[in-house]
Amino acid sequence: MEVPILKQGAVLIATFQAALSDADLNQLRSALVQQVVRFRSRGVIVDVTAMDVMDSFASRTLREIAHMIRLRGAETVIVGIQPEVAFAMVQLGLTLEGVATALDLEEGLAYLNQKFKTMK
Amino acid sequence: MSRMEIRVTISSDQDIVLARQKGRSLALELGFSSGDATLVATAISELARNIVSYARNGQIILKDLQGSNRVGISVTATDSGPGIPDVGQALRDGFSTSGSLGLGLPGVRRLMDEFEIVSKPGQGTKVGVKKWRP
Repeated sequence: MEVPILKQGAVLIATFQAALSDADLNQLRSALVQQVVRFRSRGVIVDVTAMDVMDSFASRTLREIAHMIRLRGAETVIVGIQPEVAFAMVQLGLTLEGVATALDLEEGLAYLNQKFKTMK
Repeated sequence: MSRMEIRVTISSDQDIVLARQKGRSLALELGFSSGDATLVATAISELARNIVSYARNGQIILKDLQGSNRVGISVTATDSGPGIPDVGQALRDGFSTSGSLGLGLPGVRRLMDEFEIVSKPGQGTKVGVKKWRP
C-alpha cells in the first residue's frame, strides 16, 4: 500500500494510512527524497497517527528519511505517534534520536514554519 | 491450557504485518487493554522480522493461556534457519549481525512478561514469549 504524499507550499505531507510493510516503508523513503528534490521542498511532515506498531525497522526507516532529507537542506518532523506506540517504542529502546517530533499535523506545521523563519 | 491456536507462516515482510495484526486481535479478544495489545503486536513484529531476516521462513504461533486465575497470550516464533551461535550475546542490547538496530531480542524481552529461547547453530531457533493480562 503506497503512502500518499501531499504537497502544500514548501512542505510535503506523507500520511500513513494503515499498517505498512517494510517494502511500503522503503518505497516511501525513496518517494519522499525524490519529491523533496523535485519540488525543492523545505520541510516534510510524516503523519503516523494511523500507525499501530512502530517496530525497529519502521523506526530506523523514519530516521533514515529524516537524515536524508536534512542532507538536502530540508527539515522533517514526525507527527502523531500514539501514546501506546510511544510506550512500546521506549520499551524496545527506539527513541528516534535526532528526529523532530510533534503532537499532530498542526503542531508539525507550526514547528516547520518556525524553522523556516530561522533558516532565512 | 489453551483453547485457541493461530499459526501464521512467515516468509515475507507482508507476513510480518499479518502476524502482528492477528496477535493484536487475539490479545484484544482475551481482554488485554489496547496499550498491552500494542506491546504484544510490537513484540510479534520484531520476532517475525528476525525470522525473515535470519531464517527466511518460519512460523508465528499465537495461543491463549488459561491459568486457574489468570489469562495470557503466548507467542512462539520458530524457524529452521541458521540458529544463533551465541544466545547470550544476542540478548545483549546493541548486538546484531544483519545490519538491523540489534535491539530485537532484548527489546522483545522487555515488552513481554516471560521469555525463553532455544537455538542451536544449524538447527533453527525457537523463541517463546508470554504476556499475562494484569
